[in-house]
Amino acid sequence: MERQIRYQREANLEWAHQFTKQPGGERLLSCIQCGTCSGACPLSIYMDLTPRQIIALVREGFREDALRSKTIWLCASCYACAVECPQKISITDIMYRLKREAIQSNLYPKRFPIPVLAREFCEMVRRRGRNSEFWVVFRMALRSNPFVLFSMARTGWDLWRTGRLSLRKGRIRRIGELQFIPVASKEVD
Amino acid sequence: MEPPAKYLYYPGCSLKATGIAYEESLLTTLRLLEIPVEELPDWNCCGATAYMSVSQSSATLLALRNLALAHQTGIRDVLTPCSACYLTLRKSQELAAHYPETAKDVEQFLEQAGLPHPDSVRVRHPLEMLYNDVGIRRLRELTVRRLQGVRMASYYGCQAVRPYGEVDDPHEPVRMDEVLQAVGVETVDYPLKTKCCGGSLTGTIHEVGVRLNYILLKEAQRKGAQAVVTICPLCQFNLDAYQREIRKQTGEPIDMPVLYLTQVVGWALGGGFRELGLHRAISGRKLIEQWFTVKKEAETYV
Repeated sequence: MERQIRYQREANLEWAHQFTKQPGGERLLSCIQCGTCSGACPLSIYMDLTPRQIIALVREGFREDALRSKTIWLCASCYACAVECPQKISITDIMYRLKREAIQSNLYPKRFPIPVLAREFCEMVRRRGRNSEFWVVFRMALRSNPFVLFSMARTGWDLWRTGRLSLRKGRIRRIGELQFIPVASKEVD
Repeated sequence: MEPPAKYLYYPGCSLKATGIAYEESLLTTLRLLEIPVEELPDWNCCGATAYMSVSQSSATLLALRNLALAHQTGIRDVLTPCSACYLTLRKSQELAAHYPETAKDVEQFLEQAGLPHPDSVRVRHPLEMLYNDVGIRRLRELTVRRLQGVRMASYYGCQAVRPYGEVDDPHEPVRMDEVLQAVGVETVDYPLKTKCCGGSLTGTIHEVGVRLNYILLKEAQRKGAQAVVTICPLCQFNLDAYQREIRKQTGEPIDMPVLYLTQVVGWALGGGFRELGLHRAISGRKLIEQWFTVKKEAETYV
């Protein structure tokens, strides 16, 4: 990791404070930086910043560093950190909030497939009420890196021959009820 | 508590596609146990992890619509086999119950959509249902066939046993092992049983996702397991579908069946090969055929 100096005046403590009002983040300020979250995380060794470092950045108000990290996108939401944390901080929910804010402020690596997947997924569910694994993955690949479709072909064939690849796009009957669900609010929630 | 007379079944999107064998084996198992079940009418996607990454309140409302529909049917227990659905539905209940702001959004949404408040609905997982409602003793009694000399690793995965559920202990779950043992399967000690498979990472950051699954399979093999048993469609898919790639990358001869708990239990209770979706496996097909093809004379000795 590149070592950089940060100055106190760059810290946005008001931003940090918002996390304590969000479900799961109430006890953010009681983090003791023990690193149990990073130890429990099966993905921390692939991350640019460990979960412990993310928590430290969030709590000190270094917004951009946290939002620009790849860590938040590698988090698979397995909640291992949340159940292990001795201070009962739901690190997973903090990661979720960071993902939402990164998507809203467009602060994610370009062509990075995970935010694209999230958007495609939500778009399909909003329109049809259900999600088709095949079409969501297909559209994600088209929009991030179409070449991966070649490497996915073999898996696709395996699924096809075992009758597990469904091209059907389901749609719920009472789709009208979903219109009362806000698509995405202006503020991060 | 008395087990309910009837269950609702919330499939979620995976059990209609890549996880179809989970649906087939679950419904077969329930039929063999003579447990009535019906599919939740007009269910919608739970939102999974993707919706939560876009909007927390929308994700909560989306999930709760299903529970409101469940409430309308009058059946209280919603059987939710997919771990992601299970966690999402549970989490939405939890958020609505403990956070006044979410509760307000929920009230407003239900009123606009003309849906009832789903107070009494209980989100259940098949593993916990087999353990609590059917019970180990009854499973043992109802077993008609045994897998002789096959050792399996029970893999619980992440979301089913994590903070919002009551499937099992989040640190040291044992119920799947107990269920498997009840139907005559030998289980191995598997330290990675709650380590995440990476979920959708195999589709997004592929190398990392495949690596996680390699570690899970390798460890199961090292512990002497010949198969991995799962309770989640995404775990099953990840562990099953990338073994060829793992063999190519590592040069290691890994070709291991990855089964659903309901396939193993359903078979022990007398279910057929195809009705349990056993023909839908990608890896370890030879072993699966060898284990689960019923030889007439062997069956009479049980």
